[in-house]
Amino acid sequence: METNTIHTANTLHDEHVHTHAHHHHDDEHHESFITKYVFSQDHKTISRQFLITAMVMAVVAMVMSIVFRLQLAWPGEKFAFIEWVMGDKWGKDGILDPNAYLALVTIHGTIMVFFLLTGGLSGTFSNLLIPYQCGARDMASGFLNMLSYWFFFVSSVIMLVSLFIKDGAASAGWTIYPPLSALPEAIPGSKLGMTLWLVSMTLFVVSSLLGGLNYIVTVINLRTKGMKMTRLPLTIWAFLITAILGVLSFPVLVSCVVLLIMDRSFGTSFYLSDIYIGGRPLDNVGGSPILFEHLFWFLGHPEVYIVLLPALGITSEIISTMSRKPIFGYRAMIGSMLAIGFLSFIVWGHHMYVTGMNPFLGSVFVFTTLLIAIPSAVKAFNYITTLWKGNLQMSPAMLFSIGLVSSFITGGVTGIILADSTLDITYHDTYFVVAHFHIVMGLSAVFGMFAGVYHWFPKLFLRMMNKKLGYLHFWLTFLAAYGVFFPMHFLGTAGVPRRYYTNSAFPMFDDLADINVIITVSAIIGALAQLIFLFNFFYSMFRGEKAPQNPWGSNTLEWTNPVAHIHGNWPGPLPVVHRWPYDYSKPGAEKDFIPQTVPLAEGEADEGGHHH
Amino acid sequence: MSLLYIIAFLLLIIATHQLLRIIELSRSLKKSKEWEVKDSDNDTMGKSLLLFMFLFFGFFFWQMYQWNDKALPPTASEHGEKVDALLEYNFYLIIFVFLVTNTFLFYFAYKYRGRKNQKALYYAHNNKLEMLWTIIPASALAFIITYGLLYWNEITEESKAKDKVLVELYAKQFDWTARFAGKDGKLGSTDYRQISGSNAVGMDTNDVAGNDDILVKNEIYLPVNKEIVLEMRSRDVIHSAFLPHFRAQMNCVPGMVTTFKFKPTKTTEEMRKDPYVINLMKGINAAREKRGEEPIEFDYTLLCNKICGASHYNMGMIIKIVSEKEYNEWISKQKPFKTVAQK
Repeated sequence: METNTIHTANTLHDEHVHTHAHHHHDDEHHESFITKYVFSQDHKTISRQFLITAMVMAVVAMVMSIVFRLQLAWPGEKFAFIEWVMGDKWGKDGILDPNAYLALVTIHGTIMVFFLLTGGLSGTFSNLLIPYQCGARDMASGFLNMLSYWFFFVSSVIMLVSLFIKDGAASAGWTIYPPLSALPEAIPGSKLGMTLWLVSMTLFVVSSLLGGLNYIVTVINLRTKGMKMTRLPLTIWAFLITAILGVLSFPVLVSCVVLLIMDRSFGTSFYLSDIYIGGRPLDNVGGSPILFEHLFWFLGHPEVYIVLLPALGITSEIISTMSRKPIFGYRAMIGSMLAIGFLSFIVWGHHMYVTGMNPFLGSVFVFTTLLIAIPSAVKAFNYITTLWKGNLQMSPAMLFSIGLVSSFITGGVTGIILADSTLDITYHDTYFVVAHFHIVMGLSAVFGMFAGVYHWFPKLFLRMMNKKLGYLHFWLTFLAAYGVFFPMHFLGTAGVPRRYYTNSAFPMFDDLADINVIITVSAIIGALAQLIFLFNFFYSMFRGEKAPQNPWGSNTLEWTNPVAHIHGNWPGPLPVVHRWPYDYSKPGAEKDFIPQTVPLAEGEADEGGHHH
Repeated sequence: MSLLYIIAFLLLIIATHQLLRIIELSRSLKKSKEWEVKDSDNDTMGKSLLLFMFLFFGFFFWQMYQWNDKALPPTASEHGEKVDALLEYNFYLIIFVFLVTNTFLFYFAYKYRGRKNQKALYYAHNNKLEMLWTIIPASALAFIITYGLLYWNEITEESKAKDKVLVELYAKQFDWTARFAGKDGKLGSTDYRQISGSNAVGMDTNDVAGNDDILVKNEIYLPVNKEIVLEMRSRDVIHSAFLPHFRAQMNCVPGMVTTFKFKPTKTTEEMRKDPYVINLMKGINAAREKRGEEPIEFDYTLLCNKICGASHYNMGMIIKIVSEKEYNEWISKQKPFKTVAQK
């Protein structure tokens, strides 16, 4: 087979290619360094590129959080660390500048939500697992897939560059509500910083759309023989639904952003009206910031599930495998994800109860938002029932998965309060909200991502990660995470607003300093714990133990190919699927797992097929 | 000095490298697979997860014990009573769910930790069970939704009170101005193009209804037991008028007028005598004393609660709730807009 030409997975599917396939791995060394590692169209390489880029971004966002947490715990105190990170201008004498503080929280949020938990999470695992677990040679379009990564890369670079410009990075909060984000007079970050933010995010959306379309097409068209939709692993279902959410909602963010660019640079008035700033009245009349909020949250809320669903898919797979037990309620899990996906499009208004939106509209959103608690509860119960009477193998991935279930519940229940418009009046934009979304979305998604990295490291880098370091990393992270975000509920019940540079301006918050110190100390411990992960990651990548073919005793297809990165994924013909992926500890079977490629025994029922 | 750091850093790297080599060598001699999850790991981790559960719950109750009395004082507004009652019910419910489900999670993780001859139960689904845990949350939510919406409608419906106080809260970077309707009970119309040094809130000077309007900054008085109708405007960016003690909040959006109504039920003086508030202030003043600051008394506060720029954290106003008589005395001492503008 000629190698330097690019095969789409479709052509690789053709039978005549299969006949040549057995010697195509001999040709691999013909690929140049550039096509293999840089402009690669191979889903495995692209997956690793997404992962490492996202990790770099996450480290930046994490260091930012330590800087502003130092400020919040000890306002006015001088820290050499702050001066070292922020430089002379924004951290003069070790004291953080108030505008720089807002830039930090803005970029911290932007990176964590979009670059780590959207680009990083979906980009890494959808790319790695969709072709592998569907039994495809590669993504439907390797070229678009490559473009998807490079748009992500350029978007990341622009976001990072924006941190170093004269007036500072975007600082209107990650939700960039205009007019604050539209008017350079309002805040220095709304000068060039905001322009770069908007450009970066537009490129990000291009990346996300190219990736998402590819994921959808691949799942629908390139499943191997026998891989019915009802035999797909839950990971793939989760990635598919996530991709659909992204494709439907991200374009709305682009419209939202384009209108903001128009208002900022071309004198339109989509979001602006009756404004007096910088000593003069502006000409803009007739626009409304509420329009922006509707457009933003039409993406923004599905975005929460774009972040969360892949993590839930990953842990479904890991919890089942490591419990040596079928996932409980496979169909209910799919149904819940579909319900969550659908509902996520009609709940955006719950971010807007007290924005001036018509209160009647608010009541509709209360109803739809609380409905979403039902499929979420079903998922949580199904996870717990999967553990029941299992034979739990406590790998670091399993621990992080259990951690996810805990944070999903702990953060989820406070959502019931915030979804209720009546109660949201008091808690809107307080630390109660910060606690809620960090636990339910941030921690859950990050735990899911860590679980995925530990579990599929052998597929990513053909080596194993160190287990003991994994344990240490999990425990420090888990303890620190709750140490950071649990106390924030109590700041919220005391009425502390979010995005305050310091709480010391209002005497009513004078007695909360201890809580802030506990939070910051936990954050520092949590950040240091990530050094253990980074070391383990890079060390294992080069010097970890060689991975065996199927280290966790899994049923899914990615463990049926040799321990190598083969162009086309399987050296011979593609595997054929005969059963659903969750036949763990099936009575009568010899081992406690039956790979999907094993034909059904006579009279054996397939759970993935029709039943009852 | 920095050279010393560099040398120390390099030595550290070399030492780590050597240490890792030793570990790798000894591992290859033993032929053991480090990554493999052994029964001893399952045992340690299973027990650790159970221990974690106790620590976690312990931490939760410790926080409740330590910090619950730092929460906002009991409400000082009429609708706030209902908000607080619903909130309390919600908290009982979610704390119950939080404790029960986390208990199952961590207990199962401990109970079913892997052991060699243990076989997992092949148990793929149970429709009855799944129906059960669809219906139970659904009915609990139905209750919450019903009450939530009932109260929400009451809170947000237009004020029907005949005897109300109309106040405009005008937000700008970075302070608040309150505008009282004056004797005619009407707020004069506004025009942002007329904003100037002597007309900070953009009163339309052609509208005579505005002549008797009263503008106040920093600290305002409001009467107890009377419906207060707030109308909110912003000059520049979105702000949010947050009155946590009254369970009141509404964004101030440039280009539109937003509203929120509430009826204060306790005067500032009454609030200062409330045992909860006395205890709260004791904590606050102890913390202030430690920092060498003067003790203070309780005050209702208006805060900005939507990111609005560099001094977002420092944009507040004090609200004194007083008897109607005191309010009338106070308001009669304030100068109407016209007199101030003509000066």
